[in-house]
Amino acid sequence: MLDILKGPILALQEFFQLTGSAMRNLWRQPHYTDDILLQMDSIGVGSLPIVALTGFFSGAVMALQLGSTLAQYGQTGRTGEVVSLILVTQLGPVLTGLLVAGRNSSGIASELGSMKVTEQIDAMRALGTDPVQKLVTPRMIATAVMLPCLTVLADFIGMFGGFIIAYYIYGLDPQQYWSTTWRSLAWRDVLQGVVKPFVFSFAVSLIGCYYGLRTTGGTQGVGRATTQAVVAASVTIFFLTFFLTQIFVSQAPA
Amino acid sequence: MMPQEPEQNEGPVLRFDGLTTGFDEAPVLKNVSFEVGKGQTGIIFGAAGSGKSVLLKTAIGLVKAWSGKVQLFDQDITGLSEEQLFDVRSKVGIAFQESALFDSLTIEQNVAYPLLNQKAVKWEPKDVRPRVKEALEFVELGQTLKKFPSELSGGMRRRAAIARAVVTKPPLLLYDSPTAGLDPITAHTIISLIIKERDVDSTSALVVTHRYQDANLIANFRYNPDNGQLVGAPEETGPSTKFMVMREGSLIFHGSQQDIEASTDEYVQKFVKRPD
Repeated sequence: MLDILKGPILALQEFFQLTGSAMRNLWRQPHYTDDILLQMDSIGVGSLPIVALTGFFSGAVMALQLGSTLAQYGQTGRTGEVVSLILVTQLGPVLTGLLVAGRNSSGIASELGSMKVTEQIDAMRALGTDPVQKLVTPRMIATAVMLPCLTVLADFIGMFGGFIIAYYIYGLDPQQYWSTTWRSLAWRDVLQGVVKPFVFSFAVSLIGCYYGLRTTGGTQGVGRATTQAVVAASVTIFFLTFFLTQIFVSQAPA
Repeated sequence: MMPQEPEQNEGPVLRFDGLTTGFDEAPVLKNVSFEVGKGQTGIIFGAAGSGKSVLLKTAIGLVKAWSGKVQLFDQDITGLSEEQLFDVRSKVGIAFQESALFDSLTIEQNVAYPLLNQKAVKWEPKDVRPRVKEALEFVELGQTLKKFPSELSGGMRRRAAIARAVVTKPPLLLYDSPTAGLDPITAHTIISLIIKERDVDSTSALVVTHRYQDANLIANFRYNPDNGQLVGAPEETGPSTKFMVMREGSLIFHGSQQDIEASTDEYVQKFVKRPD
């Protein structure tokens, strides 16, 4: 029984060690600004189309479903309110987090994994560079900055998707839609919508880096590391969103 | 150029003292002890999986020792932190088995990497490019500065890796299976470069290989700077070379070329092919 637990606990310890050194590097020289910008471009700008598309359709589908359900109670006018609240606090952060996990945790894990199996990580250490400083910290910073931005964008595009449905299918007044959308959001909802992706970003980047750096066993190992990274990052996002929601809900005024 | 004295009075450049290490629970190196003197070339034979590559990585602290000591330039490196190791590593050049060139960087950036990133070797930005060119011309790759590693052949990548290893002019070089998987002509070129580096810059080296002809060339030939060819060296003033054989993590043989050729051990004999 203890032997079964030893593996996961050791892995968790190694993960937190990596997290610790990646964080420590925030205050240590040298800073690889070029790498940070490069990663921001790849993670942020690169994910933009897919995040926009997903945001649009999640908002549209929600409006479509809610519009007909709310009609039973004669409350179609509140479609925008519900869409924006769910989008900003729950769906936006989680969907964007999952998409970026699928796209970037895997990308990070396969890139670092290939470097590991071709001894490039060892070469880096042999040539005077800390691989955590050069590879992990820039990815961590870039994801922490870009994921909240992507989420905010996805939220807006989702509201717009909801608006298209509400206006063209349910014939809602544009001003009514946008004003209820706007008014339904309290500051703590917006805060929740930004804190969540910020927290998720560490799961996305660090889990990708962790699986990449511990890759063994050639090309096959890189494939395995990539899959594991996406699965672990996605599951972690679900766990985190549950606990973060719990915290925000319990803090909400009655 | 005067040949070096085979006997040196200075301390060893690299010394392993009862070193054991490995991954997870299984040891990969078991109680390994040897030393490489200044100007000396150590040659390590061994089958795949015998721990040769791990031995080279342990020599510069990429793999941590479980027990025993590694002494590099009179400094015990076994207890050093990664930060402190960076300084020691800047005195060692290493060419990895599969070249390990950074595939997102050009050959020029790859070779410039140690000059720009090793804190112990301070290079003025304006001096970097000439030195990179010089190192690439040393390995006869002067025309490939702007190319990416994937655009080069296997032999050219090995040469670029050697250029990256020697660019900071380190006094000790480690070569991990430099000729593995290469055709005989390319392999000869690579070994010639190793001999050239040894004789031009008087460096010490540790070469891991499984080809006896490589070792034979290193032990008995010198680089002639006049015509760029290898010439046979007379035995008494020949280069100082040490032969070692590894088997399943242990060093089972240690001695001169005469000793290895006279060895009756069956495993050792498998590596020895007498030049006819």
